[in-house]
Amino acid sequence: MKHNLLSQWLLQGQWHRHRLQISMVIIAIALGIALGFSIQLINSAAIHEFSSAVKSLSGQSDLQVRAIQSTFYEMLYPKLAQREGVESASPVLEIQVAVPGQSDDTRNGMLKILGIDVFRAMTMTPDIVGVPAEGRGFDTLAIDAIFLSPAAMEWLKVRQDDSLILRLGTKTVTLRVAGGLVRSNPGQRLAVMDIGAAQWHFDHIGLLSRIDLKLKQHVNLEQFKASLEKELSSQYLVAETIDQEKRINNMSRAYRINLNVLALVALFTGIFLVFATQFLATLQRRPQLALLRVLGMTKKQILLQILKESSLLGLLGAILGVVLGYGFAISALYFLGGDLGAGFFPDIQPKIQFDPWLTLIFLMLGISVTLMGSAIPAWEAANAHPAQALKSGNEVLSMARLNKPWAATVCIILALIFTQLPPVAELPLFGYFAVALLLIGGIGWMPALAKLFFSLLLRFVNRYPRNVLTLLVLARLSNASHQAAIALGGVLASFSLMVAMAIMVASFRLSIEHWLDHILPADIYVRTELRQDVIGFTRSEQNALASASGIERIDFIYSQQISLDSLRPSVTLFARPIDKNDPGSILPLTDDFLSTEVLANSNAIPIWVSEAMVDLYDFQVGKQITLPLGKVLHEYIVAGVWRDYGRQFGAIQMRLSDYQAVSGEFHINEAAIWLTDGVSTQQMMNTLSALPFGEALVFWQPNEIRSLSLKIFDRSFAVTYLLEIIAVLVGLLGVAASFSAQVLTRIKEFGILRHMGLTRNQIIHMLTLEGGFLTSFGITIGFILGSSISLILIFIVNPQSFHWTMQLHMPWIWLALMIISLLFSAALTAYIVGKSAVARQAIQSVKEDW
Amino acid sequence: MRLLLILLSLIGLGIGLAAPPILSPVTPRELVFPEDFGAHENFRIEWWYVTGWLETSDQKTVGFQVTFFRPTTEYDQDNPSQFAPKRLIIGHAAISDPAMGKLLHVEKTAREGFGLAYAKAGNTDVKLDEWYFIRDTDGNYRTYVQGNDFSMELRLEPTQPILLQDMAGFSRKGPKSEQASYYYSEPQLEVTGKIMREGNAVNAKGTAWLDHEWSSEYLNPDAEGWDWTGVNLDDGSALMAFQIRGKQGEKIWAYAGLRDASGHMTIFSPDEVSFHPVKTWKSPHTDAIYPVAMRIMTGETEWVLTPLMDDQELDSTQSTGAVYWEGAVTLTRNGQSVGKGYLELTGYKKALSM
Repeated sequence: MKHNLLSQWLLQGQWHRHRLQISMVIIAIALGIALGFSIQLINSAAIHEFSSAVKSLSGQSDLQVRAIQSTFYEMLYPKLAQREGVESASPVLEIQVAVPGQSDDTRNGMLKILGIDVFRAMTMTPDIVGVPAEGRGFDTLAIDAIFLSPAAMEWLKVRQDDSLILRLGTKTVTLRVAGGLVRSNPGQRLAVMDIGAAQWHFDHIGLLSRIDLKLKQHVNLEQFKASLEKELSSQYLVAETIDQEKRINNMSRAYRINLNVLALVALFTGIFLVFATQFLATLQRRPQLALLRVLGMTKKQILLQILKESSLLGLLGAILGVVLGYGFAISALYFLGGDLGAGFFPDIQPKIQFDPWLTLIFLMLGISVTLMGSAIPAWEAANAHPAQALKSGNEVLSMARLNKPWAATVCIILALIFTQLPPVAELPLFGYFAVALLLIGGIGWMPALAKLFFSLLLRFVNRYPRNVLTLLVLARLSNASHQAAIALGGVLASFSLMVAMAIMVASFRLSIEHWLDHILPADIYVRTELRQDVIGFTRSEQNALASASGIERIDFIYSQQISLDSLRPSVTLFARPIDKNDPGSILPLTDDFLSTEVLANSNAIPIWVSEAMVDLYDFQVGKQITLPLGKVLHEYIVAGVWRDYGRQFGAIQMRLSDYQAVSGEFHINEAAIWLTDGVSTQQMMNTLSALPFGEALVFWQPNEIRSLSLKIFDRSFAVTYLLEIIAVLVGLLGVAASFSAQVLTRIKEFGILRHMGLTRNQIIHMLTLEGGFLTSFGITIGFILGSSISLILIFIVNPQSFHWTMQLHMPWIWLALMIISLLFSAALTAYIVGKSAVARQAIQSVKEDW
Repeated sequence: MRLLLILLSLIGLGIGLAAPPILSPVTPRELVFPEDFGAHENFRIEWWYVTGWLETSDQKTVGFQVTFFRPTTEYDQDNPSQFAPKRLIIGHAAISDPAMGKLLHVEKTAREGFGLAYAKAGNTDVKLDEWYFIRDTDGNYRTYVQGNDFSMELRLEPTQPILLQDMAGFSRKGPKSEQASYYYSEPQLEVTGKIMREGNAVNAKGTAWLDHEWSSEYLNPDAEGWDWTGVNLDDGSALMAFQIRGKQGEKIWAYAGLRDASGHMTIFSPDEVSFHPVKTWKSPHTDAIYPVAMRIMTGETEWVLTPLMDDQELDSTQSTGAVYWEGAVTLTRNGQSVGKGYLELTGYKKALSM
């Protein structure tokens, strides 16, 4: 029909005219969509892979019984196997052993071995059963046999019949690779052997890690679980198999949500960009649209026309975004892994799958975001009175409608209130809302603020007039502050986010550096090959270490993973010498701890907990707690809270002597050594390496741990850095787009100025100055806004999602660099845009209006 | 005789063991009861093997088999772990129901330990999770087995004295003197009990045959398989015969023992016993060809075994890895039906050394 042809013409005309802005809008939408989409893809791939790994590891079982500590006494097994309602019970001993010569930063050379009773596992967990060679059917029971998943074989470079050397504590065990597993997930490094052989070889006689239970058909799972929990001592945890997925979900949730919020931020910036571009474009087209109205197009048709244009933009952006998203996801998985470098899913290798629904959702999201951005401009354009709109200079009127400082004030007040609210479902939802509201409020306030600021400036400059160009610029900025505000909005949004992220990351990094200095006071650390080796050093080996010459002081440490809640990731328990009267000398305590007098009057065993323990388990200072460590329950008292940036799921410190008394165990797996004067770390390493078990020792120097920790820190913030760079790009695009859109609407103005005698260069100069002024103002406000957001991130979002507090630290140099480059690129944009605007003939520019 | 001799060659669970198990040799000795009813854990292999015929309360005739094996593995005795698989308990059970057209079969294996699986010395007392085979002080046996397809709870009451095979319970298995086992039978057991299938329990009664055998010796290396039968005759007699076949199907060793109702025992030497296929059946599952009907000569007497149904093939890949035929048969002499028993045919799928 005719109408279609017309709409096509309009579209083409519009696109032809604003090629630059339109491509920038598309890019912004595409980036936002791509980020959100790739995070979603990566996470669903990782979760999918993880849950299929969990499924094959837990097989047919309905329940899993574990203990708070990693192992428990095996006599629970016959009790459970013969319990009413149990169809079958499968005992598993899970041991992490070191593979000498295979350690690297990330995996620590650790191999997970599942010791199974093949006759029980065959029906319970048929996937994790070894597949012996033809004719060696009983290798699954053999004392020297180990079965490896394909990924483990590939990693260790061994094949069937090769021998494999493993180490736990200081003991070396050589096993024969007897075959593969029935089924394992790609990338899953796993070993399986007979439980009897595993108990003996790795000094775990009498111990199990878990018992898988399958219930008889008629048994009610909930009731069975409840009665079993009641009957077992609090040392045990009974978990449904599906709980494992919840557990991993809990593990990565905070990280995931935070990434999604960052993607939302990118999208939000995109919306703003759409809004700015569309708004200015419709302003420019006001006479054209009014003419169409006069020629007979209805309001509705105009509205639809503009929305149609926008949704086409959105669609293009979204398609590009989805394609980019797949690309991002695939390369991020390749370079960073399924947890984007955060270390939640170490044993799996997820693959990105095409997901039609998710793709569709993100396409729709792209379109709706663009529609949201253009709704107000479209509405405004459609509702403009044609007779007025046909006249020149009417734009200001329409923009005045956008100036709603009271709404902005409400936003900011709400933001302030939200900062005081607690987390929702352990997520800092209100914190994020506060950030969003602060941004919206800040942008909303811009027109009024800009007007105020520039008129004050104009009044000031007017008193001492020197330069007519400056006057012109300031006059324009103070009187047409709405237009200025729109240009600024984009800069403001992206710059304040950049500032916020920069301050947050810098504060975090510096806090970690201080923290590392505090927690690594010794000269050298020594441990066995494996971190948190459950066997570690025997007492005689401890004596041998302690009596080496050149040692001024030696602290033995035993650390292990304990599980206090089957729905939560495990907690680290450290046992080390701690001075009850001065715990702060060894622990990075917060201000929250019991006084020595109170502690001296308590009979309970003191423990010092990390901040996460307070949030997640409500271990408040002074609280009495029973912990089933060892065979008997003991009373513990929370004596203080310490900062822990290493373990967001919680950690507990206690005195080694207390631990040894309650557990009756004397293993330790790390020693911190202070050297006597004149002894070098190298000499100490040589001395200790000469001990009979010297081969199994691994040395760490504080500066190595420091640099490794910071490396891990930087890696887990890799995504954040990436987002920051993208935010900068989006921000700059915003500056360029809104600025060029504005300048183009002002062609008439430049024509008149030329007629009044200004040279082209002066106009360009004026524009550059205008850009500079605007950007400086935007930067100032953005800086204030960004700093406020960083406070929310540091003091609300971080403690609520990762359970640690940090000190504020302003990265001035980095901020200054950002400011200068932004200022420079904004002015450059203004210069380039201005240059192209004044390239035309003066006559032609003035004619534009006719 | 039975299947599990094959296991003997399988259970080497380590190479160059520091402390291999010390096994007792098999030499002629007098069996002592009740001790010899119980387990002999110093022997490499031992089993209690029940086969028989049942009439169910819904008027069906079925064959059944319940077996418990107790192998001692070649395992390092120094391993103090309670999970060390030094001894295993393996259970097999099957029902031959002509209405089904094939065997219903269940099997189960566990390592001995934790009171979950064991074979005790002193008297017959074998447990494998909820499965058991127990001889009570009055000499009656109780057994229970369960699987996905069926479960059985049976009581076996002896009606005759114990039958010591061959040389007073010292049963030769080959030309060499050490190729032997200890072997006694309890034929003509009166069976009562229940069979549970698809949620329905039916009462059953009938007659069964129990073998208890133990040995440390490997099967003759030239042996390809064996044929074994044990039959309760209607007149109260009991016939057991077996032959061990070589690679070409030739007889390496054979034996038959016939005890009449009055207790008189006739023992047939290897040359007096021969097995002759009457009818073969090709398994659609494995393509193995079994002589499911057999003519057996013991001295001058000719016996014919006819299967209750052709498909009584047993695939025990989950526990022992063996595929063999074991089924209910009727016995005729001079064309007259004289008894009911079981026939076992091994080594027809592939050589039973793995």
